[in-house]
Amino acid sequence: MRTLPLERAAAMIPCGATLMIGGFMAVGTPERIVDELVRQNKRDLTVIANDTAMPGRGIGKLVEAKLLRKIIVSHIGLNPETQRQMMAGELEVELVPQGTLIERIRAGGHGLGGILTQTGLGTDAENGKQRIPVGGKDYLLETALRADFALVQAFLADYLGNLSYALTARNFNPLIAMAADTVIVCAENIVPVGVLPPDQVVTPAPIVDYLVANS
Amino acid sequence: MEPQTIIARRIAKELSPGMLVNLGIGIPTLVANYLPPGMQVFFQSENGLIGTGAPPEEGMAHPMLTDAAGRPVTALPGASTFDSAMSFGLIRGGHLDLTVLGGLQVDESGRLANWMIPGKMVPGMGGAMDLVSGAKKVIVAMQHTAKGASKIVKACTLPITSMRTVDLVVTELAVIAFPEGRAALLETGPGVPVAQVKAATEAELVIPAHVPEMTL
Repeated sequence: MRTLPLERAAAMIPCGATLMIGGFMAVGTPERIVDELVRQNKRDLTVIANDTAMPGRGIGKLVEAKLLRKIIVSHIGLNPETQRQMMAGELEVELVPQGTLIERIRAGGHGLGGILTQTGLGTDAENGKQRIPVGGKDYLLETALRADFALVQAFLADYLGNLSYALTARNFNPLIAMAADTVIVCAENIVPVGVLPPDQVVTPAPIVDYLVANS
Repeated sequence: MEPQTIIARRIAKELSPGMLVNLGIGIPTLVANYLPPGMQVFFQSENGLIGTGAPPEEGMAHPMLTDAAGRPVTALPGASTFDSAMSFGLIRGGHLDLTVLGGLQVDESGRLANWMIPGKMVPGMGGAMDLVSGAKKVIVAMQHTAKGASKIVKACTLPITSMRTVDLVVTELAVIAFPEGRAALLETGPGVPVAQVKAATEAELVIPAHVPEMTL
């Protein structure tokens, strides 16, 4: 794990990259990296995340700055600008049931080709997907997702990169940390090794590539 | 009494101590206000919380403690938090006793449409498809009509949320269940005659000789 200043961490991400971003309605989203991506005008990004938050917060800022080419999300209902860009054909939107989305990410990070679920059977979410019968029941095959970068928000990060999360800010963060080639972490607090007892480490240090330094 | 209050109070009767329950946004959220005092029910927020409590007092909100709509909540003693894979494992894995969701349409076999209106409103399904497919019991909380049109229809014209049929629909006019793939009127709303329910419902209702009134 290396520690990097914010500017250099964001500079590693090229235009056109695929990003997984933590957060649920912007709670648990690494706002500092998002703001820096906007400042550095990183364009044509594909974002995999739970939602696009709301205007002015979290991933909503990337939407407003028109930096996104495609999003794979479960919900855009609280962001009218996302819906506008989708209707205008400016932004490709793939809507995925939330439980399926997180399992596709988990599969990507855990060496699995995909998962089988009954969610979405017989609905619009089934379009283009394979049905697989197991034990007399039908399931949908949902394929794994991976990204070039995971942008993770932790509550505590120690000097080695061990992470823990706070309350409902955990959400997608520990799962996306497993599913990307490069993992970049922002933390509310950077603490000495030993502050986090082993039982409280949710994401172990070897998973983390870069920790964004305090500014 | 407001229609929303009638619906929420009637659904609150379906909860029993120790249940794990997920309440959707809108009328479903109100259900928590009408539990008998002291009854312990575990409310899940699908963003990763069991033990969701009332909104915090002014000035006491925690930016990392929110419900699935991103609004500040409190956590009750005995609460737990977890990631989204765990949260949906609870929902799909047969651990969730009950979900209460809003609805746009329910058809006469009990299929629910509640996630989009093509060309008008495409918010995304969020957790709705998982909740309807996975919860042990699904109750729809909605007003009986929208702009005069019945929301309990012969066949959904809007995209459905799941092939799995719901267990109960509660409106301000009626409680409806779906035994053997047909809509059956179980109860009427306070002071509502059966004929009024029939007139306000597009779906064909199975109506027994005696239909009791809701007790709230």
